[in-house]
Amino acid sequence: MPRVTYIAHNGKETILDIAIGTSVMQAAVLNGVDGIVAECGGSCMCATCHVYVTEDQLSHCPEMELGEDAMLDGTASPRQPNSRLSCQLVVSAQMDGLVVRMPEMQTE
Amino acid sequence: MTPGPTSPRRVVILGAGHGGFQLVASLRQGGFDGEIMLVGDEPALPYQRPPLSKDYLSGKIGLDLLLMRPEAFYRDQRVEYLAGCRATKIDRAARKVRLDSGQTLGYDHLVLATGARNRVPPLPGIQLDGVCYLRDLAETDLLRERLAAAADIVVIGAGFIGLEFAAVARARGKPVHIVELADRVMGRVVCVDTSRYFAAAHRATGVEFTFGAQAESIGGANGKVDHVKVKDGGALPADLVVVSIGVVPNAELAQSAGLAVANGIVVDERLSTADPAISAIGDCASFPCRHAGGAPTRLEAVQNATDHARCVVDRLLGKERPYTALPWFWSEQGEQRLQIAGLTNGHDRVAVRGRIDNGDFSVFCYAGDRLLGIESINRPADHAHARRLLAAGRQISPEQAADESFDLRAAAATRAP
Repeated sequence: MPRVTYIAHNGKETILDIAIGTSVMQAAVLNGVDGIVAECGGSCMCATCHVYVTEDQLSHCPEMELGEDAMLDGTASPRQPNSRLSCQLVVSAQMDGLVVRMPEMQTE
Repeated sequence: MTPGPTSPRRVVILGAGHGGFQLVASLRQGGFDGEIMLVGDEPALPYQRPPLSKDYLSGKIGLDLLLMRPEAFYRDQRVEYLAGCRATKIDRAARKVRLDSGQTLGYDHLVLATGARNRVPPLPGIQLDGVCYLRDLAETDLLRERLAAAADIVVIGAGFIGLEFAAVARARGKPVHIVELADRVMGRVVCVDTSRYFAAAHRATGVEFTFGAQAESIGGANGKVDHVKVKDGGALPADLVVVSIGVVPNAELAQSAGLAVANGIVVDERLSTADPAISAIGDCASFPCRHAGGAPTRLEAVQNATDHARCVVDRLLGKERPYTALPWFWSEQGEQRLQIAGLTNGHDRVAVRGRIDNGDFSVFCYAGDRLLGIESINRPADHAHARRLLAAGRQISPEQAADESFDLRAAAATRAP
């Protein structure tokens, strides 16, 4: 299973092996990873599962759709070029080794 | 944030839905160090409701992905979760709640997050086997099982739930007939254009509708449903009937404790009842809504429940503020996605952005010149911008709204690009 590393804002690392087809958000919530709120349950409606993806791994992730792009305009912590909503990061084989950093805040 | 000197030592929360769970999470996140007791009337750990009528009903996801958090969360966060319990009495003078388990819980602060329950119409035959609902996990599990075996389905009520269910049933190839009292779908919450589009979209997938029709009785044989009789109409064959005509707030407990109830538990703009030791949040609470001109408002939405919870937590932790969050809603009906920002009730004018015939549009709803809310259909970017626009209290004209070259994103931008 692809391995994903979550780095909390305080630096705490969590490494998860995630089944292909599960989202980075779902795996975090299932395993009680702090720092991902995911209020809407993965409908790309709330921007509370915001993560920063390691820049050179962005191309391994699913392409960003318009809705996610627009939701990212309203994240509680600043949007960066490597910002994604983790509910849209459905894990695939080429995402093995992905490292995501959590923002300071998910809600205002 | 550290708890203030006046923070309560024990918070008891009645109701473990989205509001109750968020309260727990936000209390600990905010540094609350006291006792938290969460009382829920269902056996499962707190779970997310929206997927019940969508991915859970269709079998795409299981219970594991419904749970808000795994069991360890409650242990790690020192939250006492009392599952399968219901409060029967609040003794305000003694600050105690009695549960149906016989247990009594003392509280410093009590939060009523009791939600709502299905409205059950007083129809003959309503108790027949095969009459189902779709609100909680147990109901959805039963419905999932019945759906698999159903040959003819009648849905009473064309609201979000009825339509979401119908879409899942049609995807399985099941015949679905929806009986609706009003003359259009989702009539209570969306504008005519949106209703019309969704009715057509459902018809295109094979859903049948009878509008302006009242179900008069449910009939059956050997205790099992076999038809629904429509007033001034015929009998529709049905071995599965889904009743989705809305909900009733669970306010009786508050009422019997002497708290004001009027379409929900009455709270002020801080979400406090008249008793400063008792707050009410989510579907069960009637609050003065800033986005409805301060009118008493009761909403049935995840956003409402979770934002209410955060507002109450801030107050409990000494950072009191009025509740001002913008209401938003969403519904997924088969391939169609509806997202609503603001409250569009009472609009008298609309501006359409995009193409209705392509199923890619937003309807901006105005009362006079004032933008009340925006309904977006398969247009998530508009919705996201709309939320920021409304939350910032900004207005755009109907002409701007309808002009696709007008930059909605820039108009809504709350921070420098």
